[in-house]
Amino acid sequence: MFTAIAKGLGITFKHMLPGHSTTVQYPTVKLKMSARFRGLHRLVPTQDREKCVACYLCPTVCPAKCITVEAAENDKGEKYPRIYKIDLLRCIFCGYCVEACPVEALEMTDAYELANYRREDFEFTKERLLK
Amino acid sequence: MTEMLSMSNNWPLFVGIMLLKLVVVFAVTMLIVAYATWCERKVIGHMQTRLGPMRTGWHGLLQPIADGLKLFFKEDIIPAQASKVPFLLAPMMILVPALITIAVIPFGKDVTVGGFTVPLQITDLNIGVLYILAFAGLGVYGIVLAGWSSNSKYALLGGVRATAQMISYELAAGITIIAVFMLSETLSLREIVALQAGPLWGTITFLPDWYVYKQPLAFGLFIITGLAEINRTPFDMPEAESELVSGFCTEYSSMKYALFFMAEYANMIVISAIAATLFLGGWGAPLNIGILNMVPGVVWLLAKVFAIMFFFIWLRATLPRVRYDQLMQLGWKVLIPLALANLAVTGLVVVLQL
Repeated sequence: MFTAIAKGLGITFKHMLPGHSTTVQYPTVKLKMSARFRGLHRLVPTQDREKCVACYLCPTVCPAKCITVEAAENDKGEKYPRIYKIDLLRCIFCGYCVEACPVEALEMTDAYELANYRREDFEFTKERLLK
Repeated sequence: MTEMLSMSNNWPLFVGIMLLKLVVVFAVTMLIVAYATWCERKVIGHMQTRLGPMRTGWHGLLQPIADGLKLFFKEDIIPAQASKVPFLLAPMMILVPALITIAVIPFGKDVTVGGFTVPLQITDLNIGVLYILAFAGLGVYGIVLAGWSSNSKYALLGGVRATAQMISYELAAGITIIAVFMLSETLSLREIVALQAGPLWGTITFLPDWYVYKQPLAFGLFIITGLAEINRTPFDMPEAESELVSGFCTEYSSMKYALFFMAEYANMIVISAIAATLFLGGWGAPLNIGILNMVPGVVWLLAKVFAIMFFFIWLRATLPRVRYDQLMQLGWKVLIPLALANLAVTGLVVVLQL
């Protein structure tokens, strides 16, 4: 019993010595997210517009039903999303939309500090998602 | 007591010096209490590979002040079903015995000020050790009263646990201390410290004659029973967050809760100071070398107190809480027989004048 206690005391003492802390001082020091981290969505732009072709695969696959898409046709006769909205309050960050997208127009960034004050602020429109 | 009497002929001086000593000792104790909380959080944090408080001031140094202010401004709730008077009385009854025990701890050589000798000790009772034991026993009432008057199941369980635990361990603690004053043949802490100043075994000149060398078992037992007396891990059964919410202080809030908190740390200081005085030579230097004896006694006493407190914190970071039956088993079947055996052997040695 005493050897076990002594061993435990040794371990805790060793941990107390400098350089053993694993704490990250979060707001001042931030960890780099993994490349596969699923944070805030982003619509990938091309030269003049978004890549999205409004195929409706993402709202279809979305288990939380948080994506709203409305398709329209532009002057060149291309199909584009007139409205593209993600309601982050419903989103579960599963990443199925990204997987479903046939043209790789949607990706997920490493932004995770998404807290806000008003409900409206969680409605990410096309303009905000393109940033 | 002779110096004190000569000084008390000049009563304004006596009262003045007494008040000064009281204020200084109280202030220092309170400061240690405040920063013991910070040290505990820091040390435990690092031992659990965390950092502890970091945001309030440099490395969280202002944390105790922030905590105190926060508790001071919190709403003070008295449960409707609680017994009001005991509920109010309990926090005081636990803090006061903890603080007044410090009165008999000597913290340095006599100082001569303007022809008067001022003993660096608030009062030298000829029954000092008994006084300590008495107030350690009185401390239980605060906990039991808090548990009972809260009129809550968890608080009551905490209080009941505290009674059984304290009574069991006080016995062992008392018996271990008896072994010390069988050697010293005095109950005055001042004389006990003085007796520990001589060379070890009367022969080894560079080491002081501390009782820890003569009574190592008693020292170990006293530290263990002391831990149980002040309800610290691994014996913090009356609080036992994971079982009893917060035990006897579940229903307390605001400054009343802060008093319990302060009492816990004050008790820790007191037990450390008693252990240092009885076993580690009080304010005496750890080596009988001229230069170390030049250092004021307060420094050595505080160093010893802090060392023991660090050990308590270290144990808290290391050991899990014991189960209640294990606690009782340890108290009655291990510590008390060991203490009695130690007492018998010491008695034999003293009688045979070995």
